[in-house]
Amino acid sequence: MTFFAIDNLGVRFGGVVAVDGVSFSVKQGDVHTIIGPNGAGKTTIFNLIGLIYQPTTGCIVFQDHEVRGAPHDVAQLGIARTFQNIELFEQATVLQNLLIGRHRHRVTNLLDELLFRPSVRRAEIAQREAVERVIDLLDLAHYRDSRVAELPYGIRKVVELGRALATEPKLILLDEPSSGLNPEETDDMAFWIEDIRALGITVLMVEHDMNLVSRVSTRVLALNEGRVIAEGTPGEVQSHPAVIEAYLGGGE
Amino acid sequence: MRFIFKTEYDQDIRLFQHGGQLFWYGLLGVLLLAAPLVVSGYVLSQLHFILIYAIAGLGLMLLVGYTGQISLGHAAFLATGAYTEALLQAAGTPFIVSLASAALLSAAVGIIVGLPALRLKGIYLAIATLAFNVIVEEIITRWESVTGGSSGKLLKPIELFGYRLSSQESFYYLCLALAVLSCLALMNLLRSPTGRAFVAIRDSEISASCLGIDLARFKTMSFALSAALTGIGGALYAHKVTFISPEQFTLIQSIELVTIVIIGGIGSLHGAVLGAAFIIMLPQGISIAKGWLPDAVPQAGLQSVVFGLILVGFIIFEPYGLYGRWLKIRTYFDVFPFYRRGTFRRQRSYLRSERLR
Repeated sequence: MTFFAIDNLGVRFGGVVAVDGVSFSVKQGDVHTIIGPNGAGKTTIFNLIGLIYQPTTGCIVFQDHEVRGAPHDVAQLGIARTFQNIELFEQATVLQNLLIGRHRHRVTNLLDELLFRPSVRRAEIAQREAVERVIDLLDLAHYRDSRVAELPYGIRKVVELGRALATEPKLILLDEPSSGLNPEETDDMAFWIEDIRALGITVLMVEHDMNLVSRVSTRVLALNEGRVIAEGTPGEVQSHPAVIEAYLGGGE
Repeated sequence: MRFIFKTEYDQDIRLFQHGGQLFWYGLLGVLLLAAPLVVSGYVLSQLHFILIYAIAGLGLMLLVGYTGQISLGHAAFLATGAYTEALLQAAGTPFIVSLASAALLSAAVGIIVGLPALRLKGIYLAIATLAFNVIVEEIITRWESVTGGSSGKLLKPIELFGYRLSSQESFYYLCLALAVLSCLALMNLLRSPTGRAFVAIRDSEISASCLGIDLARFKTMSFALSAALTGIGGALYAHKVTFISPEQFTLIQSIELVTIVIIGGIGSLHGAVLGAAFIIMLPQGISIAKGWLPDAVPQAGLQSVVFGLILVGFIIFEPYGLYGRWLKIRTYFDVFPFYRRGTFRRQRSYLRSERLR
């Protein structure tokens, strides 16, 4: 079975080819990291997987089915994501944010909800229990009732991770989980990524911090200018001549 | 200051979080029930209007305050509700059926108006809904065979289960019951997944869709529910004024509804009710104030000027409206003497992802 694979994926915006025939596959249970200099097309690949952009060529396969449709269909398949610059519901509390993450497990319908039938109450308590497990895992109990707009950046980053986990995904896409975090918070993030992997959730992430990458990744893919330049274990990719050239420039 | 010790999840779900709330809302309920026995006929008539506008305002609040979609055309839904009620009553339909039809037809129209909302945002949506308002106004003026055109439609008192609700008191209780039911329905909705999905769409469409929320479906649903409530408001309005004509459902009416939402406090159900009370009482306040003003102040147009000034004043000084102001006052006494001026200041929002699509 193919868990997750991208085949010859490409997208162009006008004359700019942002992603050019990228193929790779992610094994279940891996922490697969995409690295590359700015503008290499890493986040664009995430947006293609999330169907926020429609690919010009190629296809995405998740659990033997092609990923197609609208962005919300992707979530229903069990793929969750976080954003590079944090996209939380700022005027809502942490608890509400995580509960919105439970949307794909919604079991009630509009009429039941308007009347708030006992079944809705039971469902709400079940959703809350699921959310509390995430809160425990990420140590967010202290912030449960704080509005996101009041929280510091580092905490928001964790809340966003929590919201993605609340969807109970099979595959989680983390877009630069350590950006904007201090060394201690980055350390925590590394622990959590390992915990997430231990929960049986496959991780695909974009990351710049090479310490974090080599610590948690099982596989690394290096991109430059929309093309794959190297793939392998963290050590292999770091010492790959094409990667060194992409980051530092070629010798004359 | 009150600390609530939480031992079960149900405490976060129930409508009244603590005994204090139950007490105050209970007291409000008793006062509202007793009002017809105490107040004069004139005040009772004003209470009718407040309740009717509160229902329509709740509808708009759901759309603007909770789903983040602007509408400058809600008078059209008010008109849909009012004319449906007038026509069905004339055809001899029982009130329950005609009221439900007014709500359903408004919801159907709401879905049609919601369609452009799937593609338009902000100011463009405002213009589209504004255009819709003008179209509906034009239709009811020109379609004389059905709507009676500019000569309007007359309504008879409501008959409910064989009782004629011709007295001020009985109509008041009908409005009160419908307003309370609307409030309860929205409170229930907002503590359920659908209500949370609306808030998610308001705060970030991109992450809402990445969490599995079907934007098209929920935006349409919000438009339909909002229109249905405003339609119910319209049906009651028609009975209140007993004569409806196109000039009651112009753009000015739509703006008045938006004013309710903004002055009351965007993003709170209390706001819709407070805003309705404010907008009904303001003209009375102005006409009282007119007596004290020197003759040099022109009388004509004074109301519009005051309205405009108050709206602008709220947007600049109290974006969260009357309810926001009330929250500040309450917090001040709650934490006395530790209130800080910046408690409610909006935090600088961090850089957000480039707006996709």
